[in-house]
Amino acid sequence: MSRPQVLVAMSGGVDSSVAAALAVQAGWDVTGVHLKLADTPAHLQVQGKGCCTLADADDARRVADSLGIPFYVWDMVEQFQQAVVDDFAAGYAGGRTPNPCARCNERVKVVGLLARARALGFDALATGHYARVAGGRLYRAADRAKDQSYVLYMLGPAELDHLRLPLGSLTKPQVRATAARLGLRTAAKPESFDVCFIPDGDTAGWLERRFGRRPGQVVDAAGRVLGGHQGAYRYTVGQRRGLGIATPTPRYVLRVEPAAGRVVVGERAELATAAVELDRATATDGRGLRPGPAKVRLRAHGAEVACQVVPLDDPAQVRLDLEEPVDAVAPGQAGVLYDGDLVLGGGTVAATIPAA
Amino acid sequence: MPYLDYAASAPLRAEALQAMLPFLERPAGNAASQHGPGRAARAAVETAREQVADLVGAAPGEVVFTSGGTEADNLAVKGAVLHRAGPAARHLVCSAVEHHAVLDAAAWADADAGARVALAPVDAVGRVDLGGLAGLLEPGRTALVAVMAANNEVGTGQPVAAAAELAHAAGALLLCDAVQAAGLPGVDMGRHGIDLLALASHKLGGPTGVGALVVRSGAALRPLLHGGGQERGLRSGTLPVAAIAGFGAAAGATIAEREAGGAADLAALRDRLLAALRTVEPGLVVNGRPTGGAASAPPDPPGAPAIPGLPGLLSVRFPGRLAEDLLLLLDRLEVACSAGSACASGAVAPSHVLLAMGRSPAAARETVRFSLGHASTTADVDAAVAAVRQALQVLAPSEAVG
Repeated sequence: MSRPQVLVAMSGGVDSSVAAALAVQAGWDVTGVHLKLADTPAHLQVQGKGCCTLADADDARRVADSLGIPFYVWDMVEQFQQAVVDDFAAGYAGGRTPNPCARCNERVKVVGLLARARALGFDALATGHYARVAGGRLYRAADRAKDQSYVLYMLGPAELDHLRLPLGSLTKPQVRATAARLGLRTAAKPESFDVCFIPDGDTAGWLERRFGRRPGQVVDAAGRVLGGHQGAYRYTVGQRRGLGIATPTPRYVLRVEPAAGRVVVGERAELATAAVELDRATATDGRGLRPGPAKVRLRAHGAEVACQVVPLDDPAQVRLDLEEPVDAVAPGQAGVLYDGDLVLGGGTVAATIPAA
Repeated sequence: MPYLDYAASAPLRAEALQAMLPFLERPAGNAASQHGPGRAARAAVETAREQVADLVGAAPGEVVFTSGGTEADNLAVKGAVLHRAGPAARHLVCSAVEHHAVLDAAAWADADAGARVALAPVDAVGRVDLGGLAGLLEPGRTALVAVMAANNEVGTGQPVAAAAELAHAAGALLLCDAVQAAGLPGVDMGRHGIDLLALASHKLGGPTGVGALVVRSGAALRPLLHGGGQERGLRSGTLPVAAIAGFGAAAGATIAEREAGGAADLAALRDRLLAALRTVEPGLVVNGRPTGGAASAPPDPPGAPAIPGLPGLLSVRFPGRLAEDLLLLLDRLEVACSAGSACASGAVAPSHVLLAMGRSPAAARETVRFSLGHASTTADVDAAVAAVRQALQVLAPSEAVG
């Protein structure tokens, strides 16, 4: 039997470097590909920060050289810009808190790349994500702290049958140790940042450069004006800092109303959410989310909460009745359903129903 | 492994390797030294200088060795601009399909040396529009006109002699980048009125790291590199004797091939490739107007280019197929060819040449360049065609990534 032909996505970080190395060790016929996702001129790139710098492409190439595998760089700047960066900005402009990593996996890094790999005759795509695939189902990673199943929930059988996640059973320290043992030059590279296209981490500043100032009012639930702001897009549900208002007790952002330019704030107790509605809901088994009990995660590294899955008229939507209230659920974030380690699926939070 | 990427770099010729070895194996002399080893080095350099001069119809004293084609183009563009006293007389006209070594040097002159740069348009096959070029000239102010001999991406030959006449009438020098076209019948300094001609050794089957700018005597340039005053003060630096000897030998071998009618043989091989590719992909579209036969392109307009197209080059579009994908599959099948030019990260960027010819970015991304040369064989061509057939079977048409 011929060896499986596997394309490995190599970002230039330690995780995907080790994924590639393990793919080679597994005896697969491995080809590396680095996705160029940004056109940032080299002299503007922050060394060692963010992703997609020239240094990252060089690191990926040198790791591929040391593994003796062919390596290519694919320009996916346009797809990334449209599907991820523009979508991220539009989310904030619409008062939501998008998850760009989930979006990127859905449109570019995993689903998009896998389609291209399959079109090129590869049997599978391997990535450095921390999650496990077994029997065509998606499971959480052994390393709970690094688990990335949350940003892969949208995968279905068509993808999972052709996805290899070599790091799923390893811990991050084991991955670093493997990289060091193999002499990979990325062994000691720092962790990448949450939003790779905002390397300085200043999301508000990034949005302001994109949208300009859009002054508006900070109000309470009754509509009383408590203060002003420079752009509703700067605020996210649950945010306490930067409201610019003086109140006897702390105030939190309850919701963002970009059309009216209003940021609605209230007491911490008012953040409690009893139920959420997900849209673009998908199931990893491809058969739809089933009604009944499950656990849900509403934040990348948030706690899991027991819930009941309630179908809605639209098959692409479900309501999740939370068994205990969750604070500060932001529309736009992913809601991901679990049964133990098994990822059932998930969707995007479209609406929240307060507890009180 | 079938190698069809001569336009990127040609394999080293046996003659070039033989010419280099003595200077790598023995204690190397400095060609500027007065002792025996120095004289031997100097003799090798001067022999090479004569061979290179012969290749392009120049006098040996007009050959200035450089580190390659890029440096030759930079010396020509920047040296001509800097020779002009002030910004008013620092005007440049380049064809829109020049190599980046010319275009980016001109962009530098524009940004950092007070020069102004105008790009002359090209027609659908990539041939410079002489009327458009004439309209851009500013007599007394234009310092340099750059029109390459034949385009490295699509193979189209350029009306260099006519461009030189226009340049001279405006008081400008004519730079002809002949990096890709050197060795073609007719690439000749005197015949085309060329003032500055750029060459790269490795495109001829010599080593990388060496090239030349041929500077017609009387053409005034400012040097870019200062130091020991080598190369008539135009290019300081100890000469790389072995590399220059290899360059000279490659030039000599190229001349011998030219005299034996090598261009026709190469065109026949290229036409075999094209005919076979058409049977594999009937929708194939040929870009540009490489010379010598079956390439279906519009005929030359009156006043045909004095320099023919590249006989070994074939730029073709596979509609609905990303060149990047085709290249990966061909590489997996051990066939080497190319698509556009690579950016700093190594990704394939849409070719500025194809865009200047009016192609859409999408069409540019579907274009593959095959290029043949001195050691190409029928077997290489047939193996490449078989690989393309296999690759196209893998790729579904129009399957884009969303």
